Amino acid sequence: MNHLSLILKREYLTKVKNKSFIIMTFLSPLLIVAIFALVAYLSSLNNNTVRQISILDESGLFANEFESTPQMQYKIIQNTPLSKAKEEAEKSEVYGLLYIPKTKGIDEFSNTITFYSEDSPSLSVMKDINNVLETKANNLKLREQGIDSETIKNLHININANQETFQGMETSKLGSGLKLIFGGAAGYLLFMFIIIYGNMIMRSVIEEKTSRVIEVIISSVKPRALLLGKIFGTTLAGITQFLVWVILIGILSTIVTSLFGIDPASVSPQQQALEQGVDGGAQEVIRQVLMEINNLPILNLIIMFILFFVGGYLLYASLYASIGAAVDSETDTQQFMMPILMPLILAVYVGFFTVIDNPHGTVSQVFSYIPFTSPVVMLMRIPFGVPLWQQILSVVILFLSFGATVWFAAKIYRVGILMYGKKPTYKEIFKWLKY
Amino acid sequence: MEKLLEVNNVSKSYGDYTALNNVSLEVQKGSIFGLLGPNGAGKTTLIRIINQITMPDSGSVILDGEPLQPNHIQYIGYLPEERGLYKSMKVGEQALYLAQLKGLSEKQAKERLKYWFDRLDIRDWWNKKIQELSKGMAQKIQFVVTVSHQPKLLIFDEPFSGFDPINANLIKDEILQLRNDGATVIFSTHRMESVEEMCDHIALINKSNKILDGKLIDIKRAYKSNTFEIGLLTQNPDAVSATLRDKFEISPASFKSINNELQYRVKIPETISSNDLVSYLTSVGQLTHFVEVIPSSSDIFIETIQKNR
Repeated sequence: MNHLSLILKREYLTKVKNKSFIIMTFLSPLLIVAIFALVAYLSSLNNNTVRQISILDESGLFANEFESTPQMQYKIIQNTPLSKAKEEAEKSEVYGLLYIPKTKGIDEFSNTITFYSEDSPSLSVMKDINNVLETKANNLKLREQGIDSETIKNLHININANQETFQGMETSKLGSGLKLIFGGAAGYLLFMFIIIYGNMIMRSVIEEKTSRVIEVIISSVKPRALLLGKIFGTTLAGITQFLVWVILIGILSTIVTSLFGIDPASVSPQQQALEQGVDGGAQEVIRQVLMEINNLPILNLIIMFILFFVGGYLLYASLYASIGAAVDSETDTQQFMMPILMPLILAVYVGFFTVIDNPHGTVSQVFSYIPFTSPVVMLMRIPFGVPLWQQILSVVILFLSFGATVWFAAKIYRVGILMYGKKPTYKEIFKWLKY
Repeated sequence: MEKLLEVNNVSKSYGDYTALNNVSLEVQKGSIFGLLGPNGAGKTTLIRIINQITMPDSGSVILDGEPLQPNHIQYIGYLPEERGLYKSMKVGEQALYLAQLKGLSEKQAKERLKYWFDRLDIRDWWNKKIQELSKGMAQKIQFVVTVSHQPKLLIFDEPFSGFDPINANLIKDEILQLRNDGATVIFSTHRMESVEEMCDHIALINKSNKILDGKLIDIKRAYKSNTFEIGLLTQNPDAVSATLRDKFEISPASFKSINNELQYRVKIPETISSNDLVSYLTSVGQLTHFVEVIPSSSDIFIETIQKNR
């Protein structure tokens, strides 16, 4: 067996057999599912509370417009002065009191209606109330001008422009959102993966240094083989952990949803209702989502995801390893972490702000070639359709830089691992490159 | 005798600092070679070059007739001064891993390790973790790992540090046995008594330069100063002392004796033979002690370093 596979095997097995690694692997999905279940449960609790709202309508124009729902109960008060109504409302623990005064004209309603409540009312409640009031006031105004609201409704035409690319592919607003989710998830996943497992590699290098086993190892194998073995071994352990997470979260969330009868869709019924209103039925939404997913360049996405994920991760992992080699203990790593984290964070920000705004703008393009940001930025751009040559160019640049970084990291590594006692400066590390 | 290792004009510098300056050495097959020198002299750098951990800036290293190349690592066993093992790994797994890195197959490694674990009577440790063992125990494991692949050349950097006297003796005997079985040993140490006991050949490195090299016996011969330790029972010690002081360079000596005698270290000039001193001494009293003073390695070490300051 050659050295690389021996080292890889050891790195993988020690990681996977490590107790805290095993605990993390099995506990994290439990925690995540537990948190989601808790949030879902809590928000369903919240939705089940019934809000009572008293309405004192002196104008007599609006009271009948409010329709009670299971969550909102409207109670109409009549022939009571405002001060007494307020007192009663406060005592009887209703959610609030809506006061509509008598006015001379409809226009005056715009700033004379008041909602009294114990604390600041929830935004959604206010939105609902304002909606009802506004619609009614507008209708009244129209009638005042001699126009029937039904006529207006019939005159109104809904326009929904079809979107189509020059190649004849149908697109839609919904599709853009979906692409964003795909790209964002891919970019963010890579970001997390780099931070978690990059750190793991760094710790493993530091461990060999502090336990002084390094000199024995290095007298048997080339530093580069050790470096690569470490990176690949830890990566495999990381992939194992990720797979276990995905599978466990899948199984657990199925169990939890079926056990507690929590329907994930019920979390935001209002939003759903809104979408239904626009597109005419939930089935239509699902059909569109499926169509959009079908339209996404799935094969391209998967291949590029793998390439950029592997390339980006390896690039950063070798940097993490060289940091580990340069220092004596984990506490000394901070000053060297900054220059690694900066481009990574920059990539995520560029991804979430610039790419969303303009996926093919100059900034997005430039950052999708720079190897330190390209994995995240390019992964976010690809769902919006990037020419193949651009993707290939970016991948080639990425892997060439990985080669250069490994060379660079191996240099620092072979000097750094035998240096003890003092924290090196950037200047010294630069000198090591020349040894 | 055949040479196993040749170091030819090796130099190495780190930035402005010169760690080795044009150092050459020869190590004979089947010998124990002592590499001596004060801290920071460049011994570890030289050892790391032989182990191919660092590359020399200039010069060459020849192992068994061939210039040093990557596959040579399997012929070398190296016990570094800064030693350590993976703390949370089991002893057996760890030893197997390290032996395989040196080029043994898993099966070979198991056999050899079993042999050594039996020999040093440490079988019970196989499934323990290093962090459960004492420092001395870990050192033993490290020794086994160093020798398990039957290297032609063994390099020990301070092999006895961290061992109690019993275990130090045990390791010393093992090293001598390995030498008798045909291995060549390079020893880097400050402990002069072990040099005295074990080394056939020494080289002294100081401030990146080799300042002394040769067979221990030859070096001692070169460093002897014609000094003799004498013990004399005499009637008039004052007169004898005065005469000795006149004729020779003398200094007080003290060695264990049952007699209450005159004790001196006498240095005689090259022109006078030791017989002349003996005949004078026997003429003035009864000679109870007459020994040539042979310089110890420690004396040579200190003297040479001070000369080169």
